This record gives sequence, structure tokens and C-alpha cells, in this order.
Amino acid sequence: MKKMIRNYVNQPVVKKDAASLLSGQPVYTDDLASSSCLIVKLLRSPHAFAKIRSVDISKAMLVPGVEAVFTYKDVPQKRFTLAGQTYPEPSPYDRLILDQWVRFVGDPAAIVAGRDEECVNKALKLIKVDYEILEPILDFEQSLDHPILIHPEDNYVGHEGQGTDAKRNLCASMVHEEGDLESAFAECEYVIDETYHTKAVNQAMMEPFATFTSMDIYGRVKITSSTQIPFHVRRIVAHALDISKSKVRVVKPRIGGGFGAKQTAVCEIYPAFVTYMTKKPAKLVYTRQECFISGSPRHEMEMKVRLGADKEGKIKVIDLHTLSNTGAYGEHGPTTVGLSGTKSISLYRKLDAFKFSYDVVYTNQMSAGAYRGYGATQGIFAIESAVNELAHKMNLDPIALREMNMVREGDRLTNYYGEVTNACALDQCVSHVKEMIGWDEKYPYRKVGKNKVRAVGMAMSMQGSGISNIDVGSAQLRLNDDGFYTLLLGCSDMGTGCDTILSQMAADCLECDMDQIVVRGVDTDQAPYDSGSYASSTTYVTGMAVVKACQKMKERILDAGSNVLQCPREDVSFDGKRVYSIKEESLSMTLADLVTNLQAGADDVLAAQASHHSPVSPPPFMAGAAEVEIDLETGKVTPIEYVATVDCGTVVNTNLARVQTEGGLVQGIGMALYEDISYTEKGKLRNLNFMQYKIPTRLDMGKVRVDFRSSYEPTGPFGAKSIGEVVINTPGPAIADAVYNGTGVRIRTLPITAEKVFMGMKK
Amino acid sequence: MKIQLYLNGRRIEGEVKSDTMLLDFVREQGMKSVKRGCDTGNCGLCTVWLNDKPVLSCSTLAVRASNAHVTTLEGVEEEAAEFSRFLAEEGADQCGFCSPGLIMAVLALKRENAHPTELEIKEYLSGNLCRCTGYQSQWRALKKYFGVEEEA
Repeated sequence: MKKMIRNYVNQPVVKKDAASLLSGQPVYTDDLASSSCLIVKLLRSPHAFAKIRSVDISKAMLVPGVEAVFTYKDVPQKRFTLAGQTYPEPSPYDRLILDQWVRFVGDPAAIVAGRDEECVNKALKLIKVDYEILEPILDFEQSLDHPILIHPEDNYVGHEGQGTDAKRNLCASMVHEEGDLESAFAECEYVIDETYHTKAVNQAMMEPFATFTSMDIYGRVKITSSTQIPFHVRRIVAHALDISKSKVRVVKPRIGGGFGAKQTAVCEIYPAFVTYMTKKPAKLVYTRQECFISGSPRHEMEMKVRLGADKEGKIKVIDLHTLSNTGAYGEHGPTTVGLSGTKSISLYRKLDAFKFSYDVVYTNQMSAGAYRGYGATQGIFAIESAVNELAHKMNLDPIALREMNMVREGDRLTNYYGEVTNACALDQCVSHVKEMIGWDEKYPYRKVGKNKVRAVGMAMSMQGSGISNIDVGSAQLRLNDDGFYTLLLGCSDMGTGCDTILSQMAADCLECDMDQIVVRGVDTDQAPYDSGSYASSTTYVTGMAVVKACQKMKERILDAGSNVLQCPREDVSFDGKRVYSIKEESLSMTLADLVTNLQAGADDVLAAQASHHSPVSPPPFMAGAAEVEIDLETGKVTPIEYVATVDCGTVVNTNLARVQTEGGLVQGIGMALYEDISYTEKGKLRNLNFMQYKIPTRLDMGKVRVDFRSSYEPTGPFGAKSIGEVVINTPGPAIADAVYNGTGVRIRTLPITAEKVFMGMKK
Repeated sequence: MKIQLYLNGRRIEGEVKSDTMLLDFVREQGMKSVKRGCDTGNCGLCTVWLNDKPVLSCSTLAVRASNAHVTTLEGVEEEAAEFSRFLAEEGADQCGFCSPGLIMAVLALKRENAHPTELEIKEYLSGNLCRCTGYQSQWRALKKYFGVEEEA
């Protein structure tokens, strides 16, 4: 194969949309909505669990300006899921647009649409709902086989192979075992047997959920939405409205962050329903409070780990059981939980046996969803904490224990569908992180004052690159006059920069300037199908589609060149600017001239399309280490420094990969130290705003340093794997171990608050 | 009620209610760079200048802008160009939703204090949240813009 040109790949290319974003252009959903949109708002249940006896909307309808009020009696009765996943969907069909049961505080009981906010707010207050208040289940440990059923309805649809049983409050369950578990444990010298607990956390992307809708000129529902999943939204809304998919069109403008939150169609169905019913344009923009009350946070998980090693410290066996809290609805319930076992146990090589089992249960809390890391974050907190505990029990350095046990290139991954890792520089990541933090000087802790210690801790992480055999990415290239290309994509750039990195790849494949690639974001009427931007898939999956489309385009250019130049196909070459004969110098033509030729009196306007799926999902790997300062009088943990080394394969954009890593680490630090979705005993959310739900400010994370050690993934574009998610997983276990190393207090339930550390030290 | 003010140097008249927030007013006037991120004065996305001082427009009544000068990013394009370029060169724009508010706060700091220390910068901007970047790339851009040496 001809060596791939790299003018742009592996460079710090500026994002294509940077100038418009940084000058404040109106490019986000709410900026684009017409002022003629009806304002849509939701009346939300004040009860954690209730059945609606009746709703009186008569007074609300009389408010001047109110156009429509809808209740559960007005909506289609076919259940669906809001999870944006490839069809057939794994998440159960347990939702209606409005239901007679309300299952968490904040579950919508009515939709109001009117001329302006004022009249809609007034109408919301005038709706009288008669609730039969039911006893809720708020503790996810009590949910399984509880006499109270959260989904008693008879039109609930669970999907095959997920272990769903709504009559047990069970959204999903599974057991997977390899090897002889108990005899493996019997041979172990050391066994760790502990329970770890990670809490629900909110993505807190800066742009709230936002959608506006209108009827297009062909009488179809056009949805403009801040979404990671335009094609799934088309299907979900069609299901919800019970209309043909041909009647729905989805457009994605710029997105103000997603992190998985927008992999669920959190708010699209409501304005879509209003527009479908009234034929008028409608808009729903969630307040920040609504983003907290009724968003799609990370699944809370409780993980029981048994982990055994021989007397040298070779890890022999892991038994992990995860209990996951999906909340009132099953969005991403059956799938997030799987990653808690596949992406954690597989960090360790050559086990004699392992078992991974899970139950995912319903509770009367808001539905959980997808959040960067998608279950891996939770599982890695548990397994990496347990491995750190093993090191301390054996009096071994945690890094030495990793060096003995971590997965290496060429290994069959332990719990990863039998995949072998082609590309793994985890060993280099670990040794580099050790150097970066100055591990040998700082481990386990140093006293830095009368009542202060500084301590270090570390952890490893892996993720996937797309969902193997499921995710599909597509790219379509069109060659235009002057020889520039339009690159149509179906994946969603949500700020991560995938429009840019995919253009970098296209420019290198086609040997042209970046300016010659015009990238077009998603409109489901125009873009080729793509499953969407999630599961760390765009670089790896859609990137390969771009590479393939470019190859096809080059072939087409050579075909056309051969025709126009009238020379044999095998003698024609293309260098990005000219098509020419390698035999005869005079036979040459610029690409622009070729296009001019093809666009007048010819029938060969050049376009090329390619799709790609991958039978494997090559894991990116990383190691992270934290240095924290602990106040021994108060238990306060202050991050001093976080260092990370990432193997994402070839780094496609050196700036954007670094920013992804830094951003993921800081989100992970927030989850480790203070982010915590919690409820009152009546099931009311306690975190309604950024005062009650703290995310890191620029004063809170200390220094962050990032480096890369790249393997080369042969199945990825230019050798790339993924980076978006792997970077969020290490702070929890690394900081927990640093706290242990400094104080002897082991925190197994996140977040690691001063109170927990202080109480631990008092014991 | 009617108010008169200067929006980005242009004298305008607007109809507002007593509880109209400056954020909603300037967006209605087409200044869409001003974003709503929280409503509780925590995120900094809605930062504009009122008589050249940064304020959170989600927590400022539109009537307070009566006879005053209100400035949004649309009105300081040239002044913002250098810092915006530094952000772009670091990939620090990411989703871009917090950028206008951040830029308005940074330019205000520059006018108040052309040579701030690292801590002064970080404290001044601590009310400008960002969820994408973890602030590091923004910090690299800020260092260039203010010419600060990092403290050891």
C-alpha cells in the first residue's frame, strides 16, 4: 500500500468551526428557533410514584395565548424507549409520551403549549391533577422482587436476551462465567472481598437540552435538536408518535456539549408531539433545574468484588457482581451495566477464571442514561480499587502489581468477547505515568506541614472504540467545481471536533488542503446513515468510512481522468491537484478542469459513499496518577496534580486529543470528590442547580498534565483508536487510593468527601 | 415599559416588563452570543458588560440597563480577536457554548488589570464554568494572552 500522506493527521489543526463559535454566532438550537414557536413546558409530578385519577385542564385552556394542553389521554398508547441505540433496541419499551403512572418526582403529567412563557406558566399552575399517591421504591438495593411494581402496565415490552422481568422490577440481568471460579479462589493466597458504590452524576453540559420543531413544506415533522443521535431521534419520535419514519426529519445544529446526556432523546418528543397535533412550530428548552430533575445521569452502581491472587501477586480470579439503578425507565439500563465488567476485568491478563453477573433494577428516581464511560467508569472504580487494596494487603507497590498483571499487546482480552488486542501500549503508559508524577519519591505519602500530608495513588483504564458489529458510520463525498469536496457526515460533532478530525483524514487521503473539504453536519434528509456520536465511535468507525469514501472517490477520479484524457486507466495518476498520464507528459489536467469537463454535457458528476462497521472494538488504554493533599484535621482532600498517559492509537488531532483527556480527567475528579445526585426520603432531588450540584471550577483541580504513548491499531483509520471516554475512568480509584495512602482511610463509596475521610480517620 | 439604552454602542429603545431579565432582552435584540446556562448566577455563560463592568445578565433586570451602555461579544469583535485566536489554537473552544461569556470576562479583566498573576486570573474567572476542557487549554490561552509565567 502507498504510504499514507500525513499533512493534517497527527497535527494540532484548529477546529473548522472555531471562528464561528468564538465570535458567538447564532449556531445552537435555541439561537436558531423562530420567535413564532409555541413555548412548550411540562407539568411535572410532585410525587415519586402515583397513578393519575384525573386531570382537569379546563381552567388552563382558558388562559389567553394557550394553544394546547395534553394529558395521558391524548397520546399514542404504544410504548417506546428514549435511549438512542441501534435498532433492535436493547432498552425496554417502558415509556409513553405521557403516562397515567408518574414514576419519579419530575415525571411529566401534562404538556402545555402557548404563545409565550408567561401564559404557559400561568396555565401550568391552573391544571388540577388528582393523584393516587403510591408508595415509592427509592433504595435500589430493595427494588428486586419488591411487592411494589414500578412497571405494572401490561403493554410493557422487554427485549429478548436482556434478562428483563418487569414483574420483578428487573430491567436486565445476566451471568457470564469462564473457568472454575471456586477452585481458582481455593488456590489463592490473598483474596479481596469488598463492595464499592458509585453514585449517579450529571453530565452538566453547558447547553441544556433544547429542541424546536415545525412542519416542513412536505407536511413532515422537522426537528432541530441538540442531539448526539439524529438518526435514532428520527426513529424514536416516529415510534412515540406512532407515525411513519418518512414523516420525520431531524437536523442537528452545533451542540453545546453532550457527554452522553444527549444520547437519550430527553426532550424531543414533547415539542414534536405539540407540532404534530397543532401543526404549529414549537420549542422546548430545559431550564438547568429541569436538566437536573429530569436529565439522563450516570447509573448508580453497587459492585461486589472478589479478587484473588497467588502468593507472588499474580491475579488469578475475579468475581464481579454489579447492581445498577436505572431509575424509573430503562434507558441504557441493559447496556451500561455490561461495561462495568467488560472494561474492568479485561485490564488483567491470563486469569484462571472469572465471573461477571449483574442485575439492573427500577426505582422511583429519574431515569439514568449514558454518561461518558458508560458503566466502565463504575466498574473500573471497583476493580482498580480492589487491585490497589490487594497491593496494600500484600505490601506491594500498586505499580509493581500492575506490571505483573496488566494486559499486554497480543493478549486475548479476558472478558471482551474473545477479542485479541492488536495495539496496546498500556505498559508504556503505566511506566510513563510513574515517571511523570515522581512516584518513587512520593509514594505512599509525605508530610508537608503539621496537619497536612500529600499522597499519591494510581489506576488504569480502558474503553472501546465503537460497538463491534453494531455501530455503522458513513461518509459521502461530492466533488464540486474548482475541485473542492463536500463531506457529508451522519455523526454528530458535539464540540469534540469530529467534523474537523474527519476532514483532516479526508484532506490527507485526497492529498488536498483542509480548505478544500467542506464538511456538512447532520440533516437526516441529506446525511448518510450513521448510528451517532457515542461509544467512542466517531474517530474509529466513521473515520474508516471517510477513508473508504476517499479511496472510492480517487478511483472515480482516475476513471473520469482516463475518459477525459483518453488514455488507458492504468496509466492515469492523481496527485490531489492534477490527473495525468504517467506515460505522456502532455496528457494532464487540473482537478478543477476535470470537474468543469464533467459538469458540462457529461453524465458523470463525481460522488462516492462508504459505510463502515467493525467486527472488533479495539480498546484505548491509559494510566492516571493523582497527588492530593489531605488536611488531617478536617479530612479535606485537595487535588495537587493529576498526570495521565493515554494510548489512543494514532493521535489524529494533537490539540483536541489533549483537550479531550484534560476535560475527561476533570469530570472524573468532580465525580471522585463531590458530584453526587441525591434525593430526600420522599424522592425529591436535592441537586437543583450549580450551588447544590458542584462541578469543578478552574480553581479546583490543581495541575493536570497529559501525555501520549501511541500504539498503532491496524483496523483503525491511520492507526487510530478512540479517546472520548477512556479518559474519565481513572480519577475515582486513583484519588481513593491516594487518600488511603495518606490517611489509611479506604473510601469505597464515591464521592470522597471531607466528612467521610474525617469520620474514617476518627475510627 | 419602555427603556432606552446603548447596545453595543447603538442607541436603541425597547419594550420590557418589570421582571424581564437583561439576558432575555439582549437575546431578543439579536445578541445570541449571550447564553443561558443556569438562571442562578453560577455559570457565567450570560456575562455581558453593563457600563463596561461584567455582570451576569441572567440575574440583572433589563430595566437596570436603562440609559446605560450594554456590551456583548458582538460589540467587541476586534478587541476579542487576539484572545479568541489563542483559544482556537489550543482547541479550547470545544463545544463553544461557554466561550462568549468567558471572553467577555477575560477582556474585562484585561481592561481592569493588564498584568494579573496566575491566581488573580483564575479567581477572576472562577465563575465562568466549562465542562468540556477541564480549563487547561483555556489556561494555556490565558497565559499567552496575559503573558504570565506559570508559578512553580
